[in-house]
Amino acid sequence: MGFKVDWERNDYSRIPHWLYHDNEVYRLEMERIFRGPLWHYLCLEAEVRRPGDFRTTWVGDTPVVVTRDKKDELHAWVNRCSHRGATIVRQVHGNSADHVCIYHRWCYSPSGDLTGIPFRRGLKGEGGMPADFSPASVSPRKLRLVNFHGVLFGTFSEQCESIEDFLGEFGTGMIRRFMHKPVRVLGYSRQLIHGNWKLYAENLRDTYHASLLHEFFVTYGVDRATQKGGVKMDARHRHNMNHAYAASDTQDEARAAYAGTAGVELDRMKLRDTKLLQYIPEFEDGMNLAAPTFFPSSIIIQINNTLGTRHIRPKGVNQLEVFQTLFGYEDDTPDMIRHRLVLANLVGPAGLVSMEDGEAIELAHRTSASAPVGSSSVVEMGGRGPLRDLAHRVTETPIRGFWSYWSELMGVEPEGGVR
Amino acid sequence: MSTPIAIAREVRDAVLDLLAEYGMALDQDRLDDWAALFTDDCDYRVISRENEEQGLPNVMIWCDNRDMLLDRIESYRHVNEYNLHWDRHVIGLPRHLGLIDGLWQVEASYSAFQTDLEGVSRLFSVGRYRMGLRVEAGAARIRSAVVVADTGLIPTLLATPL
Repeated sequence: MGFKVDWERNDYSRIPHWLYHDNEVYRLEMERIFRGPLWHYLCLEAEVRRPGDFRTTWVGDTPVVVTRDKKDELHAWVNRCSHRGATIVRQVHGNSADHVCIYHRWCYSPSGDLTGIPFRRGLKGEGGMPADFSPASVSPRKLRLVNFHGVLFGTFSEQCESIEDFLGEFGTGMIRRFMHKPVRVLGYSRQLIHGNWKLYAENLRDTYHASLLHEFFVTYGVDRATQKGGVKMDARHRHNMNHAYAASDTQDEARAAYAGTAGVELDRMKLRDTKLLQYIPEFEDGMNLAAPTFFPSSIIIQINNTLGTRHIRPKGVNQLEVFQTLFGYEDDTPDMIRHRLVLANLVGPAGLVSMEDGEAIELAHRTSASAPVGSSSVVEMGGRGPLRDLAHRVTETPIRGFWSYWSELMGVEPEGGVR
Repeated sequence: MSTPIAIAREVRDAVLDLLAEYGMALDQDRLDDWAALFTDDCDYRVISRENEEQGLPNVMIWCDNRDMLLDRIESYRHVNEYNLHWDRHVIGLPRHLGLIDGLWQVEASYSAFQTDLEGVSRLFSVGRYRMGLRVEAGAARIRSAVVVADTGLIPTLLATPL
Protein backbone atom coordinates (compact mmCIF):
# COMPACT_ATOMS: atom_id res chain seq x y z
CA MET A 1 0.00 0.00 0.00
CA GLY A 2 1.11 3.53 -0.63
CA PHE A 3 -0.14 4.75 2.72
CA LYS A 4 2.39 7.08 4.39
CA VAL A 5 2.25 9.44 7.33
CA ASP A 6 4.16 12.72 7.31
CA TRP A 7 5.24 12.57 10.97
CA GLU A 8 6.82 15.84 12.07
CA ARG A 9 8.52 14.15 14.99
CA ASN A 10 9.38 10.58 15.84
CA ASP A 11 8.03 10.83 19.43
CA TYR A 12 4.41 11.41 18.33
CA SER A 13 4.26 14.81 20.02
CA ARG A 14 2.62 16.10 16.82
CA ILE A 15 -0.36 14.20 15.37
CA PRO A 16 -1.45 15.18 11.85
CA HIS A 17 -5.12 16.21 11.87
CA TRP A 18 -5.92 14.36 8.66
CA LEU A 19 -5.45 10.97 10.34
CA TYR A 20 -8.87 11.43 11.99
CA HIS A 21 -10.69 12.28 8.77
CA ASP A 22 -9.46 9.96 6.06
CA ASN A 23 -11.59 7.09 4.76
CA GLU A 24 -8.58 5.10 3.58
CA VAL A 25 -6.96 5.33 7.00
CA TYR A 26 -10.21 4.08 8.54
CA ARG A 27 -10.40 1.16 6.11
CA LEU A 28 -6.81 0.18 6.87
CA GLU A 29 -7.43 0.47 10.63
CA MET A 30 -10.25 -2.05 10.35
CA GLU A 31 -7.91 -4.43 8.52
CA ARG A 32 -4.61 -3.94 10.34
CA ILE A 33 -5.81 -3.12 13.86
CA PHE A 34 -9.29 -4.55 14.39
CA ARG A 35 -8.67 -7.65 12.28
CA GLY A 36 -4.98 -7.51 13.13
CA PRO A 37 -2.73 -9.37 15.60
CA LEU A 38 -4.20 -8.26 18.91
CA TRP A 39 -7.02 -9.10 21.32
CA HIS A 40 -10.30 -7.19 21.36
CA TYR A 41 -12.88 -6.85 24.13
CA LEU A 42 -16.11 -8.69 23.23
CA CYS A 43 -18.32 -8.72 26.33
CA LEU A 44 -18.46 -10.18 29.85
CA GLU A 45 -18.93 -13.87 30.52
CA ALA A 46 -21.81 -12.91 32.82
CA GLU A 47 -23.76 -11.84 29.72
CA VAL A 48 -23.70 -15.34 28.21
CA ARG A 49 -24.18 -17.40 31.32
CA ARG A 50 -26.47 -20.26 30.27
CA PRO A 51 -26.14 -22.73 27.38
CA GLY A 52 -27.76 -21.18 24.30
CA ASP A 53 -27.22 -17.60 25.49
CA PHE A 54 -25.97 -15.22 22.84
CA ARG A 55 -25.05 -11.55 22.63
CA THR A 56 -24.05 -9.45 19.64
CA THR A 57 -21.06 -7.16 19.74
CA TRP A 58 -18.56 -5.52 17.39
CA VAL A 59 -14.88 -5.82 16.62
CA GLY A 60 -14.22 -2.57 14.84
CA ASP A 61 -16.91 -2.43 12.18
CA THR A 62 -17.33 -6.22 12.06
CA PRO A 63 -20.55 -7.54 13.68
CA VAL A 64 -19.82 -10.48 15.96
CA VAL A 65 -22.00 -12.96 17.87
CA VAL A 66 -20.80 -14.38 21.18
CA THR A 67 -22.53 -17.62 22.19
CA ARG A 68 -22.42 -20.38 24.77
CA ASP A 69 -23.20 -23.81 23.38
CA LYS A 70 -24.89 -26.72 25.17
CA LYS A 71 -21.50 -28.14 26.12
CA ASP A 72 -20.85 -24.83 27.93
CA GLU A 73 -18.21 -23.73 25.46
CA LEU A 74 -17.96 -20.10 24.38
CA HIS A 75 -17.72 -19.07 20.74
CA ALA A 76 -17.43 -15.88 18.73
CA TRP A 77 -18.12 -15.64 15.01
CA VAL A 78 -18.91 -13.06 12.39
CA ASN A 79 -22.60 -12.26 12.22
CA ARG A 80 -22.82 -12.36 8.44
CA CYS A 81 -24.60 -15.09 6.50
CA SER A 82 -22.37 -17.20 4.27
CA HIS A 83 -24.95 -17.09 1.51
CA ARG A 84 -25.62 -13.42 0.69
CA GLY A 85 -23.89 -11.54 3.48
CA ALA A 86 -27.05 -10.73 5.42
CA THR A 87 -27.18 -10.24 9.19
CA ILE A 88 -27.93 -13.60 10.80
CA VAL A 89 -28.66 -12.71 14.43
CA ARG A 90 -30.88 -9.64 14.65
CA GLN A 91 -31.51 -9.54 18.40
CA VAL A 92 -28.97 -7.88 20.67
CA HIS A 93 -29.15 -10.80 23.09
CA GLY A 94 -31.18 -13.92 23.79
CA ASN A 95 -31.11 -17.68 24.07
CA SER A 96 -31.44 -20.02 21.14
CA ALA A 97 -30.47 -23.56 20.12
CA ASP A 98 -29.63 -22.32 16.61
CA HIS A 99 -29.48 -19.16 14.51
CA VAL A 100 -31.35 -18.81 11.25
CA CYS A 101 -30.81 -16.15 8.60
CA ILE A 102 -34.31 -15.03 7.59
CA TYR A 103 -33.46 -14.50 3.92
CA HIS A 104 -33.18 -18.13 2.75
CA ARG A 105 -33.28 -19.77 6.20
CA TRP A 106 -29.67 -20.88 6.25
CA CYS A 107 -29.11 -22.24 9.71
CA TYR A 108 -26.10 -21.97 12.05
CA SER A 109 -25.22 -23.73 15.28
CA PRO A 110 -24.16 -21.77 18.40
CA SER A 111 -20.57 -22.56 17.47
CA GLY A 112 -21.04 -20.70 14.18
CA ASP A 113 -21.09 -23.72 11.88
CA LEU A 114 -23.38 -23.72 8.88
CA THR A 115 -25.67 -26.67 9.62
CA GLY A 116 -28.66 -26.27 7.37
CA ILE A 117 -29.41 -25.15 3.80
CA PRO A 118 -33.06 -25.48 2.71
CA PHE A 119 -33.53 -27.43 -0.53
CA ARG A 120 -29.85 -28.33 -0.57
CA ARG A 121 -30.76 -31.61 -2.33
CA GLY A 122 -33.40 -29.91 -4.47
CA LEU A 123 -37.04 -30.90 -4.81
CA LYS A 124 -38.09 -34.22 -6.29
CA GLY A 125 -34.63 -34.75 -7.67
CA GLU A 126 -34.38 -31.35 -9.34
CA GLY A 127 -32.40 -28.25 -8.42
CA GLY A 128 -30.47 -27.94 -5.19
CA MET A 129 -26.82 -27.24 -4.55
CA PRO A 130 -24.08 -29.08 -6.43
CA ALA A 131 -23.35 -32.47 -4.87
CA ASP A 132 -19.82 -31.46 -3.92
CA PHE A 133 -20.88 -28.26 -2.14
CA SER A 134 -19.22 -28.11 1.28
CA PRO A 135 -21.06 -26.08 3.93
CA ALA A 136 -17.99 -26.20 6.20
CA SER A 137 -15.94 -24.40 3.58
CA VAL A 138 -18.17 -21.33 3.71
CA SER A 139 -19.04 -21.19 7.44
CA PRO A 140 -18.80 -17.69 8.93
CA ARG A 141 -15.37 -16.63 10.05
CA LYS A 142 -14.70 -17.60 13.65
CA LEU A 143 -12.68 -15.61 16.13
CA ARG A 144 -10.32 -17.15 18.63
CA LEU A 145 -11.88 -16.42 22.00
CA VAL A 146 -10.39 -16.33 25.47
CA ASN A 147 -12.22 -15.98 28.73
CA PHE A 148 -9.83 -14.06 30.94
CA HIS A 149 -11.34 -14.15 34.44
CA GLY A 150 -14.82 -13.41 33.11
CA VAL A 151 -13.84 -10.85 30.47
CA LEU A 152 -14.12 -12.21 26.93
CA PHE A 153 -11.59 -11.19 24.31
CA GLY A 154 -11.45 -12.27 20.68
CA THR A 155 -9.08 -12.03 17.75
CA PHE A 156 -9.17 -12.76 14.04
CA SER A 157 -5.43 -13.37 14.05
CA GLU A 158 -3.53 -16.63 14.38
CA GLN A 159 -0.30 -14.73 15.09
CA CYS A 160 -1.53 -13.01 18.22
CA GLU A 161 0.54 -13.23 21.40
CA SER A 162 -1.07 -14.85 24.48
CA ILE A 163 -3.72 -12.82 26.29
CA GLU A 164 -1.42 -12.56 29.33
CA ASP A 165 1.39 -11.13 27.23
CA PHE A 166 -1.00 -8.83 25.43
CA LEU A 167 -2.57 -7.39 28.59
CA GLY A 168 0.73 -7.17 30.43
CA GLU A 169 1.31 -7.05 34.14
CA PHE A 170 -1.10 -4.35 35.21
CA GLY A 171 -3.70 -5.39 32.65
CA THR A 172 -3.92 -8.96 33.93
CA GLY A 173 -3.70 -7.76 37.53
CA MET A 174 -6.44 -5.18 37.14
CA ILE A 175 -8.84 -7.58 35.41
CA ARG A 176 -8.36 -10.05 38.28
CA ARG A 177 -9.04 -7.16 40.67
CA PHE A 178 -12.33 -6.16 39.03
CA MET A 179 -13.39 -9.78 38.46
CA HIS A 180 -12.38 -11.16 41.85
CA LYS A 181 -15.90 -12.48 42.41
CA PRO A 182 -18.93 -13.15 40.16
CA VAL A 183 -20.28 -9.98 38.60
CA ARG A 184 -23.86 -8.99 38.01
CA VAL A 185 -24.65 -6.78 34.99
CA LEU A 186 -26.77 -3.79 36.03
CA GLY A 187 -27.39 -2.53 32.51
CA TYR A 188 -26.09 -0.66 29.52
CA SER A 189 -25.77 2.82 28.16
CA ARG A 190 -25.01 3.99 24.67
CA GLN A 191 -23.76 7.29 23.34
CA LEU A 192 -23.20 8.31 19.72
CA ILE A 193 -20.39 10.80 19.35
CA HIS A 194 -19.77 12.53 16.03
CA GLY A 195 -16.05 12.06 16.01
CA ASN A 196 -13.36 9.65 14.91
CA TRP A 197 -12.91 6.65 17.23
CA LYS A 198 -9.28 7.55 17.93
CA LEU A 199 -10.34 10.81 19.60
CA TYR A 200 -12.15 8.78 22.25
CA ALA A 201 -9.24 6.34 22.57
CA GLU A 202 -6.94 9.31 23.15
CA ASN A 203 -9.35 10.87 25.59
CA LEU A 204 -9.06 7.73 27.72
CA ARG A 205 -5.28 8.26 27.75
CA ASP A 206 -5.40 11.97 28.50
CA THR A 207 -5.40 12.44 32.25
CA TYR A 208 -4.57 16.11 31.68
CA HIS A 209 -8.17 16.87 30.67
CA ALA A 210 -9.92 14.92 33.39
CA SER A 211 -9.85 17.44 36.19
CA LEU A 212 -10.13 20.45 33.83
CA LEU A 213 -12.96 19.55 31.46
CA HIS A 214 -14.91 17.50 34.00
CA GLU A 215 -15.36 20.27 36.48
CA PHE A 216 -17.72 18.27 38.66
CA PHE A 217 -14.74 16.12 39.67
CA VAL A 218 -12.89 19.13 41.01
CA THR A 219 -15.74 21.22 42.32
CA TYR A 220 -16.96 18.42 44.53
CA GLY A 221 -13.63 16.68 45.09
CA VAL A 222 -14.40 13.34 43.41
CA ASP A 223 -11.05 13.38 41.63
CA ARG A 224 -8.40 16.07 41.49
CA ALA A 225 -4.94 16.15 39.98
CA THR A 226 -3.64 16.85 43.49
CA GLN A 227 -4.70 13.39 44.70
CA LYS A 228 -2.09 10.69 44.97
CA GLY A 229 -2.20 8.74 41.76
CA GLY A 230 -0.60 8.49 38.38
CA VAL A 231 -0.43 6.87 35.01
CA LYS A 232 1.04 3.47 34.29
CA MET A 233 1.70 1.99 30.90
CA ASP A 234 2.58 -1.50 29.75
CA ALA A 235 6.06 -2.22 28.37
CA ARG A 236 4.93 -1.43 24.80
CA HIS A 237 3.09 1.75 25.97
CA ARG A 238 -0.08 0.74 24.16
CA HIS A 239 -2.28 0.27 27.24
CA ASN A 240 -2.45 2.64 30.16
CA MET A 241 -3.95 3.02 33.55
CA ASN A 242 -5.11 6.18 35.22
CA HIS A 243 -5.53 5.71 38.94
CA ALA A 244 -5.95 7.66 42.16
CA TYR A 245 -6.33 6.98 45.82
CA ALA A 246 -9.32 8.15 47.83
CA ALA A 247 -8.81 10.99 50.32
CA SER A 248 -5.11 11.39 49.52
CA ASP A 249 -5.04 15.18 49.16
CA THR A 250 -6.41 18.04 51.23
CA GLN A 251 -8.83 20.75 50.24
CA ASP A 252 -6.08 23.36 50.84
CA GLU A 253 -3.62 21.63 48.49
CA ALA A 254 -6.27 21.42 45.82
CA ARG A 255 -7.33 25.03 46.27
CA ALA A 256 -3.75 26.23 45.86
CA ALA A 257 -3.14 24.09 42.76
CA TYR A 258 -6.26 25.21 40.91
CA ALA A 259 -6.02 28.89 41.92
CA GLY A 260 -6.18 31.05 38.83
CA THR A 261 -7.38 28.30 36.45
CA ALA A 262 -10.13 29.87 34.38
CA GLY A 263 -13.42 27.99 34.60
CA VAL A 264 -12.39 25.78 37.49
CA GLU A 265 -13.28 26.86 40.99
CA LEU A 266 -13.19 24.80 44.10
CA ASP A 267 -15.70 25.23 46.89
CA ARG A 268 -17.98 27.32 44.76
CA MET A 269 -20.87 25.05 45.37
CA LYS A 270 -22.20 22.47 47.72
CA LEU A 271 -24.49 19.61 46.85
CA ARG A 272 -27.79 19.63 48.71
CA ASP A 273 -27.76 15.84 48.67
CA THR A 274 -24.24 14.48 49.09
CA LYS A 275 -24.91 10.79 48.58
CA LEU A 276 -23.48 11.09 45.06
CA LEU A 277 -20.10 11.67 46.68
CA GLN A 278 -20.22 8.78 49.12
CA TYR A 279 -17.58 6.16 48.52
CA ILE A 280 -17.78 2.78 50.16
CA PRO A 281 -14.27 1.25 50.08
CA GLU A 282 -14.45 -2.09 48.30
CA PHE A 283 -10.95 -2.86 46.99
CA GLU A 284 -7.94 -3.70 49.12
CA ASP A 285 -5.63 -1.47 47.09
CA GLY A 286 -7.45 1.68 48.26
CA MET A 287 -8.03 3.09 44.79
CA ASN A 288 -11.27 4.99 44.21
CA LEU A 289 -10.36 5.68 40.61
CA ALA A 290 -8.96 2.87 38.52
CA ALA A 291 -9.18 2.85 34.76
CA PRO A 292 -7.09 0.25 32.92
CA THR A 293 -7.44 1.07 29.23
CA PHE A 294 -6.66 -1.53 26.58
CA PHE A 295 -5.51 -0.85 23.05
CA PRO A 296 -7.37 -0.17 20.89
CA SER A 297 -10.85 0.32 22.19
CA SER A 298 -11.83 -0.83 25.67
CA ILE A 299 -11.56 0.20 29.28
CA ILE A 300 -12.66 -1.15 32.63
CA ILE A 301 -13.40 1.78 34.85
CA GLN A 302 -14.09 2.35 38.52
CA ILE A 303 -15.20 5.79 39.62
CA ASN A 304 -15.94 5.39 43.32
CA ASN A 305 -18.52 2.58 43.44
CA THR A 306 -19.51 2.64 39.79
CA LEU A 307 -17.90 -0.20 37.91
CA GLY A 308 -18.18 -0.72 34.20
CA THR A 309 -16.64 -1.52 30.90
CA ARG A 310 -16.67 0.93 28.02
CA HIS A 311 -16.32 -0.33 24.49
CA ILE A 312 -15.56 2.05 21.64
CA ARG A 313 -17.43 0.97 18.52
CA PRO A 314 -16.27 2.83 15.41
CA LYS A 315 -19.21 3.73 13.15
CA GLY A 316 -17.42 5.03 10.09
CA VAL A 317 -14.64 7.58 10.02
CA ASN A 318 -16.81 10.33 11.54
CA GLN A 319 -18.74 8.57 14.33
CA LEU A 320 -18.25 6.29 17.29
CA GLU A 321 -20.54 4.62 19.77
CA VAL A 322 -19.53 4.37 23.42
CA PHE A 323 -21.16 1.21 24.74
CA GLN A 324 -21.02 1.02 28.50
CA THR A 325 -21.81 -2.05 30.60
CA LEU A 326 -22.38 -1.20 34.24
CA PHE A 327 -21.86 -3.99 36.74
CA GLY A 328 -21.80 -4.86 40.41
CA TYR A 329 -21.32 -8.19 42.12
CA GLU A 330 -23.66 -11.09 42.66
CA ASP A 331 -23.27 -10.75 46.41
CA ASP A 332 -24.14 -7.03 46.46
CA THR A 333 -26.80 -6.23 49.04
CA PRO A 334 -29.92 -4.37 47.82
CA ASP A 335 -28.48 -1.24 49.48
CA MET A 336 -25.21 -1.62 47.58
CA ILE A 337 -27.04 -2.05 44.27
CA ARG A 338 -29.04 1.08 45.04
CA HIS A 339 -25.83 2.94 45.89
CA ARG A 340 -24.20 1.86 42.62
CA LEU A 341 -27.26 3.01 40.68
CA VAL A 342 -27.35 6.38 42.44
CA LEU A 343 -23.67 6.77 41.54
CA ALA A 344 -24.55 5.88 37.95
CA ASN A 345 -25.56 9.57 37.83
CA LEU A 346 -21.84 10.26 37.58
CA VAL A 347 -21.10 8.17 34.49
CA GLY A 348 -22.60 7.45 31.08
CA PRO A 349 -24.09 9.83 28.50
CA ALA A 350 -25.74 11.98 31.20
CA GLY A 351 -22.92 11.46 33.69
CA LEU A 352 -22.13 14.45 35.85
CA VAL A 353 -18.42 13.65 35.49
CA SER A 354 -18.44 12.21 31.98
CA MET A 355 -20.94 14.00 29.76
CA GLU A 356 -18.42 16.61 28.60
CA ASP A 357 -16.37 14.07 26.63
CA GLY A 358 -19.07 13.91 23.95
CA GLU A 359 -18.94 17.65 23.39
CA ALA A 360 -15.15 17.98 23.57
CA ILE A 361 -14.62 15.20 21.03
CA GLU A 362 -17.21 16.64 18.65
CA LEU A 363 -15.55 20.07 18.86
CA ALA A 364 -12.14 18.57 18.12
CA HIS A 365 -13.44 16.45 15.26
CA ARG A 366 -15.55 19.17 13.66
CA THR A 367 -12.90 21.83 13.52
CA SER A 368 -9.81 19.75 12.84
CA ALA A 369 -11.56 18.44 9.69
CA SER A 370 -10.94 21.70 7.84
CA ALA A 371 -7.41 22.27 9.15
CA PRO A 372 -4.89 22.80 6.36
CA VAL A 373 -2.67 19.95 5.19
CA GLY A 374 0.42 19.78 7.38
CA SER A 375 -1.32 20.96 10.56
CA SER A 376 -1.30 18.78 13.62
CA SER A 377 -2.26 18.61 17.28
CA VAL A 378 0.26 19.27 20.04
CA VAL A 379 0.90 16.46 22.53
CA GLU A 380 3.67 17.59 24.85
CA MET A 381 2.10 17.78 28.29
CA GLY A 382 4.17 15.41 30.41
CA GLY A 383 7.20 15.78 28.16
CA ARG A 384 8.68 14.87 24.78
CA GLY A 385 10.92 12.02 23.72
CA PRO A 386 10.90 8.62 25.42
CA LEU A 387 7.66 7.19 26.75
CA ARG A 388 7.62 6.57 30.47
CA ASP A 389 5.31 6.13 33.46
CA LEU A 390 4.54 9.12 35.62
CA ALA A 391 3.62 9.41 39.27
CA HIS A 392 1.28 12.28 38.48
CA ARG A 393 -1.59 12.81 36.12
CA VAL A 394 -0.80 16.08 34.39
CA THR A 395 0.25 14.20 31.31
CA GLU A 396 -0.65 13.16 27.81
CA THR A 397 2.21 10.70 27.39
CA PRO A 398 -0.10 7.66 27.01
CA ILE A 399 -1.54 9.35 23.90
CA ARG A 400 1.93 9.22 22.38
CA GLY A 401 2.10 5.56 23.40
CA PHE A 402 -1.20 4.91 21.61
CA TRP A 403 0.15 6.45 18.40
CA SER A 404 3.40 4.56 18.66
CA TYR A 405 1.62 1.19 18.66
CA TRP A 406 -0.93 2.40 16.10
CA SER A 407 1.96 3.26 13.79
CA GLU A 408 3.60 -0.12 14.30
CA LEU A 409 0.39 -1.96 13.42
CA MET A 410 -0.36 0.33 10.49
CA GLY A 411 3.18 -0.01 9.20
CA VAL A 412 3.90 3.73 9.25
CA GLU A 413 6.45 4.18 12.04
CA PRO A 414 8.81 7.11 11.44
CA GLU A 415 12.53 6.50 11.38
CA GLY A 416 13.67 5.96 14.98
CA GLY A 417 10.07 6.18 16.22
CA VAL A 418 9.80 5.84 20.01
CA ARG A 419 8.20 2.67 21.33
CA MET B 1 -58.55 -3.22 25.42
CA SER B 2 -59.07 -2.20 29.02
CA THR B 3 -62.28 -0.56 30.16
CA PRO B 4 -62.11 3.23 30.01
CA ILE B 5 -61.51 4.62 33.46
CA ALA B 6 -63.84 7.29 34.73
CA ILE B 7 -61.57 10.22 35.48
CA ALA B 8 -62.98 13.49 36.76
CA ARG B 9 -62.73 16.37 34.33
CA GLU B 10 -60.70 18.38 36.84
CA VAL B 11 -58.13 15.63 37.14
CA ARG B 12 -57.80 15.40 33.34
CA ASP B 13 -57.42 19.16 33.12
CA ALA B 14 -54.81 19.23 35.87
CA VAL B 15 -52.78 16.53 34.09
CA LEU B 16 -52.95 18.37 30.76
CA ASP B 17 -51.82 21.60 32.43
CA LEU B 18 -48.96 19.82 34.10
CA LEU B 19 -47.70 18.18 30.90
CA ALA B 20 -47.98 21.47 28.98
CA GLU B 21 -45.98 23.30 31.62
CA TYR B 22 -43.47 20.41 31.91
CA GLY B 23 -42.44 20.69 28.25
CA MET B 24 -42.50 24.47 28.03
CA ALA B 25 -40.55 24.96 31.27
CA LEU B 26 -37.77 22.78 29.86
CA ASP B 27 -37.86 24.38 26.42
CA GLN B 28 -37.86 27.92 27.80
CA ASP B 29 -34.97 27.11 30.11
CA ARG B 30 -37.12 27.67 33.21
CA LEU B 31 -35.59 24.71 35.02
CA ASP B 32 -36.54 25.93 38.47
CA ASP B 33 -40.17 26.06 37.35
CA TRP B 34 -39.74 22.55 36.00
CA ALA B 35 -38.35 21.34 39.35
CA ALA B 36 -41.26 23.04 41.12
CA LEU B 37 -43.60 20.61 39.36
CA PHE B 38 -42.16 17.82 41.51
CA THR B 39 -43.04 16.98 45.11
CA ASP B 40 -40.26 17.14 47.73
CA ASP B 41 -40.25 13.34 47.97
CA CYS B 42 -40.23 12.88 44.21
CA ASP B 43 -38.40 10.25 42.21
CA TYR B 44 -37.19 11.15 38.68
CA ARG B 45 -35.42 8.68 36.43
CA VAL B 46 -34.25 8.58 32.86
CA ILE B 47 -33.78 5.02 31.67
CA SER B 48 -33.48 3.36 28.29
CA ARG B 49 -36.07 1.04 26.87
CA GLU B 50 -33.28 -1.44 26.11
CA ASN B 51 -32.55 -1.82 29.82
CA GLU B 52 -36.19 -1.84 30.86
CA GLU B 53 -37.07 -4.63 28.44
CA GLN B 54 -34.21 -6.74 29.79
CA GLY B 55 -35.28 -6.06 33.37
CA LEU B 56 -31.99 -4.27 34.07
CA PRO B 57 -32.01 -1.44 36.60
CA ASN B 58 -29.36 0.86 35.11
CA VAL B 59 -30.26 4.55 35.03
CA MET B 60 -28.96 7.49 33.05
CA ILE B 61 -30.30 9.95 35.62
CA TRP B 62 -31.82 9.12 38.99
CA CYS B 63 -32.88 11.75 41.49
CA ASP B 64 -34.72 10.22 44.43
CA ASN B 65 -35.76 13.55 45.96
CA ARG B 66 -36.15 17.16 44.86
CA ASP B 67 -32.79 18.23 46.33
CA MET B 68 -31.08 15.92 43.85
CA LEU B 69 -33.09 17.47 41.02
CA LEU B 70 -31.96 20.92 42.15
CA ASP B 71 -28.34 19.70 42.36
CA ARG B 72 -28.64 18.43 38.76
CA ILE B 73 -29.93 21.80 37.62
CA GLU B 74 -27.20 23.68 39.45
CA SER B 75 -24.52 21.41 38.03
CA TYR B 76 -26.02 21.88 34.55
CA ARG B 77 -26.04 25.64 34.98
CA HIS B 78 -22.64 26.16 36.59
CA VAL B 79 -20.44 23.08 36.38
CA ASN B 80 -21.06 20.91 33.33
CA GLU B 81 -20.12 21.69 29.74
CA TYR B 82 -22.44 20.47 27.00
CA ASN B 83 -23.46 21.13 23.42
CA LEU B 84 -25.05 24.59 23.26
CA HIS B 85 -28.59 24.16 22.01
CA TRP B 86 -32.28 24.92 22.39
CA ASP B 87 -34.71 22.17 23.36
CA ARG B 88 -38.16 21.44 21.98
CA HIS B 89 -40.44 18.87 23.60
CA VAL B 90 -43.56 17.64 21.86
CA ILE B 91 -45.66 15.71 24.34
CA GLY B 92 -48.51 13.45 23.26
CA LEU B 93 -51.90 12.96 24.85
CA PRO B 94 -51.88 11.43 28.32
CA ARG B 95 -53.26 7.96 28.80
CA HIS B 96 -54.82 7.48 32.24
CA LEU B 97 -54.21 4.21 34.06
CA GLY B 98 -56.12 4.92 37.27
CA LEU B 99 -55.46 5.85 40.87
CA ILE B 100 -52.97 3.79 42.88
CA ASP B 101 -52.03 4.71 46.46
CA GLY B 102 -53.36 8.23 46.00
CA LEU B 103 -51.34 8.82 42.81
CA TRP B 104 -52.89 9.25 39.37
CA GLN B 105 -51.02 7.01 36.97
CA VAL B 106 -50.47 8.56 33.58
CA GLU B 107 -48.33 7.80 30.55
CA ALA B 108 -47.58 9.97 27.52
CA SER B 109 -45.25 9.82 24.55
CA TYR B 110 -42.70 12.56 23.99
CA SER B 111 -40.32 13.63 21.31
CA ALA B 112 -37.45 15.97 22.07
CA PHE B 113 -35.61 17.90 19.40
CA GLN B 114 -32.43 19.92 19.73
CA THR B 115 -31.50 22.95 17.66
CA ASP B 116 -27.99 24.32 17.64
CA LEU B 117 -27.17 28.01 17.77
CA GLU B 118 -26.98 28.20 13.97
CA GLY B 119 -30.49 26.83 13.65
CA VAL B 120 -29.80 23.21 12.71
CA SER B 121 -32.38 20.89 14.30
CA ARG B 122 -32.14 17.20 14.99
CA LEU B 123 -34.32 14.58 16.61
CA PHE B 124 -32.71 14.02 20.00
CA SER B 125 -34.93 11.53 21.79
CA VAL B 126 -38.29 9.80 21.62
CA GLY B 127 -39.90 7.79 24.35
CA ARG B 128 -42.55 7.69 27.00
CA TYR B 129 -43.22 9.36 30.33
CA ARG B 130 -44.66 7.21 33.07
CA MET B 131 -45.82 9.38 35.93
CA GLY B 132 -47.48 9.07 39.31
CA LEU B 133 -49.21 12.38 40.03
CA ARG B 134 -50.67 13.95 43.15
CA VAL B 135 -53.69 16.08 42.26
CA GLU B 136 -54.80 18.58 44.89
CA ALA B 137 -56.90 21.71 44.57
CA GLY B 138 -57.02 21.38 40.79
CA ALA B 139 -53.22 21.20 40.35
CA ALA B 140 -51.07 18.16 39.64
CA ARG B 141 -47.54 17.60 40.94
CA ILE B 142 -45.15 14.80 40.11
CA ARG B 143 -44.40 12.24 42.77
CA SER B 144 -42.67 9.92 40.33
CA ALA B 145 -41.58 10.29 36.72
CA VAL B 146 -39.82 7.65 34.71
CA VAL B 147 -38.62 8.76 31.30
CA VAL B 148 -38.30 5.59 29.23
CA ALA B 149 -36.19 6.62 26.24
CA ASP B 150 -36.62 4.50 23.12
CA THR B 151 -33.59 6.44 21.91
CA GLY B 152 -31.09 4.55 24.00
CA LEU B 153 -28.24 5.68 21.76
CA ILE B 154 -27.86 9.21 23.13
CA PRO B 155 -26.63 11.63 20.46
CA THR B 156 -23.58 13.49 21.83
CA LEU B 157 -24.67 13.65 25.48
CA LEU B 158 -27.67 14.17 27.73
CA ALA B 159 -27.54 17.37 29.78
CA THR B 160 -30.94 19.08 29.77
CA PRO B 161 -33.53 16.90 31.48
CA LEU B 162 -35.99 15.06 29.26
